[in-house]
Amino acid sequence: MSNDKEFEKKIKKAEKTAYLALFFSLIASILLLFAVYNPSLSIFGSQKSDAIYSEVIEDEDKIENGIHLRTGLIEAEGLMTVVNNCTNCHSAKLVTQNRMNAERWNTTIKWMQETQNLWDLGENQEIIVNYLVTNYPAIAKGRRMNLKDIDWYTLKN
Amino acid sequence: MERRSFIKKTVLSSFTALIGAEIVFGSKIQNGYTPLALQDPDPYKLFSKNKDMVILNDKPWNIEAQAHLLDDKITPNSSMFIRNNGRTPEKINPKDWLLTIDGESVKSKKTYTLDDLKSKFQKHTYQLTLECGGNGRSEFDPPAKGNQWTIGAVHCASWTGVRLSDVLKDAGIKSNAVYIGYHAFDTHLSGDPSKEPISRGCPMSKALQDETLLAFEMNGKDIPLIHGYPVRLVAGGWPASVSGKWINRISIRDRIHDGTKMTGTAYRIPCNPVAPGEKVKDEDMCIIESMPVKSLITYPKTGATIKEGKSLNIRGHAWAGELEVSKMEYSIDFGTTWTTCPIEKPSNRLAWQHFSAKIDFPKKGYYEVWARATDTNNTAQPMLLPGWNPKGYLNNACHRIAVKVI
Repeated sequence: MSNDKEFEKKIKKAEKTAYLALFFSLIASILLLFAVYNPSLSIFGSQKSDAIYSEVIEDEDKIENGIHLRTGLIEAEGLMTVVNNCTNCHSAKLVTQNRMNAERWNTTIKWMQETQNLWDLGENQEIIVNYLVTNYPAIAKGRRMNLKDIDWYTLKN
Repeated sequence: MERRSFIKKTVLSSFTALIGAEIVFGSKIQNGYTPLALQDPDPYKLFSKNKDMVILNDKPWNIEAQAHLLDDKITPNSSMFIRNNGRTPEKINPKDWLLTIDGESVKSKKTYTLDDLKSKFQKHTYQLTLECGGNGRSEFDPPAKGNQWTIGAVHCASWTGVRLSDVLKDAGIKSNAVYIGYHAFDTHLSGDPSKEPISRGCPMSKALQDETLLAFEMNGKDIPLIHGYPVRLVAGGWPASVSGKWINRISIRDRIHDGTKMTGTAYRIPCNPVAPGEKVKDEDMCIIESMPVKSLITYPKTGATIKEGKSLNIRGHAWAGELEVSKMEYSIDFGTTWTTCPIEKPSNRLAWQHFSAKIDFPKKGYYEVWARATDTNNTAQPMLLPGWNPKGYLNNACHRIAVKVI
């Protein structure tokens, strides 16, 4: 009987120890995660949101469904060359709105260099122009196009 | 706004990425720095624009209306297009604002405060049509370079200010004056302080017209920052780029003003007609002055379906640059027959005019209602694109809406 009681005590003690160990290891792992995740422990201070800001920067060049999210440009050969050279001064929207052949893009680049402080693109110029004429080709419109993408609705009265 | 939910999503889903990001970049972020993505980027709120306005460009801001947003007789701010060439300046204290009148042909260089303008000169209010020279550019083939405006780069707001002529005369105009050129305090996209984003102007004859204003109110209120606060030049009927925003200096020139976007091919068309795609030398390009005759059907919105036997009421506006619209017609059979409809007189010279019509359709089917205005010189809008030009200006082809009778 006394042996049984002693055994029971030991079990309980072991159980307590196990719980304690579990508790401390949990605390330790949380602290460790904090330390890794937020080394300056700034999460408790005023710089709390920095972690979110840095996330934006980390994902700045994220691509989803073949589109470079930050600029809306199509993912293809030369994408980052275009992003890095053509979206500093103006929006990528100005690039994607325009449909030109290689000759006219080269003229446009020359104009930007002469009047808009665009730098010498060197070998990148060919990469950029190839990207543009391949991914944003001109569409023949003729002298007047059909009305398209009509959003039909019932006119009241 | 999409950007924000995207940030939230990635924060929740990608814990390891977050740890990596923090270790790599955490120390590089300066206190108090707010990345661009987290500044409020909603231009609709920022500029108080209707949610149906279309953003063509966000650096610089270029936003256009759709036809149905322009239904008001006097265009409200919420439907007014935005065309910026450079960076929008910071809102300045009106007490710090100064206007300088200078140039080769000013008798004596003079400066005016806003209070000077308001107290020394008589105030005038005009409703003035301002249309971007490139409105309609998206239709040209081969395509023309620049913002691809469809039909919404036009508005007709009410502007209050003083006559430019009164101010120029107060400073004194020499007899050799040819042109005025404006200067403003917006900054160049490249950030280069030695460059002006745009500095255009007009001949003295236009500058001295009664309706050419140095405006400080739009629709009875201070001009919104994005439309040129505190003072904007307004020259109705000419390419809207003549109506410089954020003005702080006007030069009376003894030659055609040679500021940014006055020279080369900017706001110019071939002096003689050219074939589509033809190359034109700079010296063969002529400055655009008055805008051509044009009209818009602002009601109903395109895509209306109506029951057979019901009439359709349409309405809209027409304008003709320096001239007046003398005749308004519509066609429901692609120009085979035209029906004349009433066109109102403008509220003042250079304001757009309103038309309306009640249309009956002969049978069920798909129709397009085309509108055609004719000006006092008997020049009408073309149904096809007008003369191709390298920069895609002056597309005044007829506007049309789709209608289905069921």
